[in-house]
Amino acid sequence: MTTVTQESRASSSVAQKWLHAYRQMMAIRLFEEQVNDLYTRAIMPGLAHLYIGEEAVAVGICEALRRDDYITSTHRGHGHCLAKGAAPDRMFAELLGKEAGYCKGKGGSMHIADPDTGNLGANAIVGGSAGIATGAAFSAKRLGSDRIAVCFFGEGALGQGVLYEVMNLAALWKLPVIYVCENNMYNEYTHYSETTAGDILTRPLGFGVPASSVDGQDVRAVNAEAARLIERARKGEGPSFLMCNTYRYRGHHVGDMNREYRTKVEEQKWMSERDPLLILSNWLLAEKLADSSQLETIQKEVRAEIEQAAKFALEAPYPNPEEVDQDVYA
Amino acid sequence: MPETSTAVAIRELTLGEAVKEAIAEEMRRDPTVFLMGEDVAEAGTPFKVLTGLSAEFGTDRVIDTPISEAGFTGLGVGAAMTGSRPIIDIMFGDFVCLIMDQMVNQAAKVHYMSGGKWKVPMVLRTTLGATRRSAAQHSQSLQAWFAHIPGLKVVLPSTPYDAKGLMKSAIRDDNPVVFYEDKMMFRFKGPVPAEEYTIPLGVADIKRPGDDITIVATSSMVQVALGAAKMLEEAGISAEVVDPRTVWPLDEKTIIESVKKTSRAIVVDEGYQRYGVTAEIASVIAEGAFHYLDGPVKRIGAMHVPIPFSPSLEDATVPSEKQVFDAARALCNR
Repeated sequence: MTTVTQESRASSSVAQKWLHAYRQMMAIRLFEEQVNDLYTRAIMPGLAHLYIGEEAVAVGICEALRRDDYITSTHRGHGHCLAKGAAPDRMFAELLGKEAGYCKGKGGSMHIADPDTGNLGANAIVGGSAGIATGAAFSAKRLGSDRIAVCFFGEGALGQGVLYEVMNLAALWKLPVIYVCENNMYNEYTHYSETTAGDILTRPLGFGVPASSVDGQDVRAVNAEAARLIERARKGEGPSFLMCNTYRYRGHHVGDMNREYRTKVEEQKWMSERDPLLILSNWLLAEKLADSSQLETIQKEVRAEIEQAAKFALEAPYPNPEEVDQDVYA
Repeated sequence: MPETSTAVAIRELTLGEAVKEAIAEEMRRDPTVFLMGEDVAEAGTPFKVLTGLSAEFGTDRVIDTPISEAGFTGLGVGAAMTGSRPIIDIMFGDFVCLIMDQMVNQAAKVHYMSGGKWKVPMVLRTTLGATRRSAAQHSQSLQAWFAHIPGLKVVLPSTPYDAKGLMKSAIRDDNPVVFYEDKMMFRFKGPVPAEEYTIPLGVADIKRPGDDITIVATSSMVQVALGAAKMLEEAGISAEVVDPRTVWPLDEKTIIESVKKTSRAIVVDEGYQRYGVTAEIASVIAEGAFHYLDGPVKRIGAMHVPIPFSPSLEDATVPSEKQVFDAARALCNR
């Protein structure tokens, strides 16, 4: 009897963990669909780079992090921010340029930052946050904390020299930083094979930085590898590089509608066979860790939360014009 | 007769020693301060300005880096955001070209873009100044670039006293501060009291009072202005030399008040004259003291050429005492 209870307890904690991951991925998916809707209806100003299709990467990594660990994010950053614990209402508010946003409307979609969740900021310069993430790891080590830093970037950043400069520093000084390359295969509108020579993983290996790659559509695979790399970073064993192979369902940004640079067949194949939400839900059902009604309930709850969050942001006031020259200097 | 019994010897330090003393004092005061750059530790920089710091603080606080300016400057930005106060050392001011994304797109904007949540308390220490016969890529004075960017502060000390007090304020400041030292002035001596003091950023100093003409000069050019003022005195012209000490924040009030008094102004800076520090300060004067001026505001900066190697060519590119003297005489019709 005891064994059965222990087993069911264990399986219930496993179920809890992955149902939470499912909820997080669903939140990103529905958040981004809402962004797409707001943007195409011309309610949201600026640019929107959607994370749809890549949810397992942010969630797989961030579920293995502590709240006080650091992340840096990218122009395609909504997923990272949400996965690290940002609230959708203040996210939407920032995207709409409202006072209630995470950055009081001064940052927008590409610059969401939130010290409460260790988010050092999304960055609109490709590879631009590599220095910041490495510096956060440097501080953590120097000041004697056991925090670690994760630097998210797309495979497009592999063309930026500064990434290799800081990887060299991180390796020399054994800094607790993980360089997470989200390889969605497209540098904006160009397939990465046209821009990236050689074998990507040999680049970090050249600095003595351990490098691995993982199926970025499988949140459990991402999470397991992330947990291993986080543990070694926390133990003082230094930096690592993780390439997550994934796919951007939508265009480079919402306005990239036709996507002539790739085939509809390719897109369809990823969406029907490699969808991260589907892969996780199929596994949960097969392992009998959840039934379909539970998953439907999660979806319904998340949908309501996202709608409520968007409503909050739409109704929220814009910043007072007098705010414009505040926060230039600390 | 001088009262030798009560006279206290005024301590003199070189500009380099004053900078080092400021850094050492702040490192003793605050364990979150560290210094990082190429050859800063045992070598004490190629200019030997930081000799002895690594012996006192160890090589985990005075840190030699690879030749990776963008990388270690970017690291400095992230370290500053997360509880450290880095001093990032860029040996030659020309190398700032390699770090502009880290300074302009990252360091300068982090505080604003995050709605005031993250701060970047970092000092970028670098050099300016020609006439070292180092040619076009080791001689430029590019301070105007940083002064152009909201979110950055730019410090241009002209004496050992100012260098020490301003460096201490720069290290304690919660913003990214670019601190320029003239590499030709590291051995320039001046009085520096042993007691603790700081100089706030944004307060100009009148280096020499005068009535007939205001010479606003920065960094290395303050000595040039003072030399010219001496020559002018012999010619019967009383020149006031105003040193802004920081070009951002800029003490516009002191500059404008001086020009209102003298009615004539020359602005001297070692950066390129076009679109430079002299252009900005001249326009501040034109806007703030137009009705008091007896003539146009004269600007004197570096010639608009890459800095040449040959001494006979290089010297011609940098503002000289003679140039300032001639310009002042012309403005005063004497």
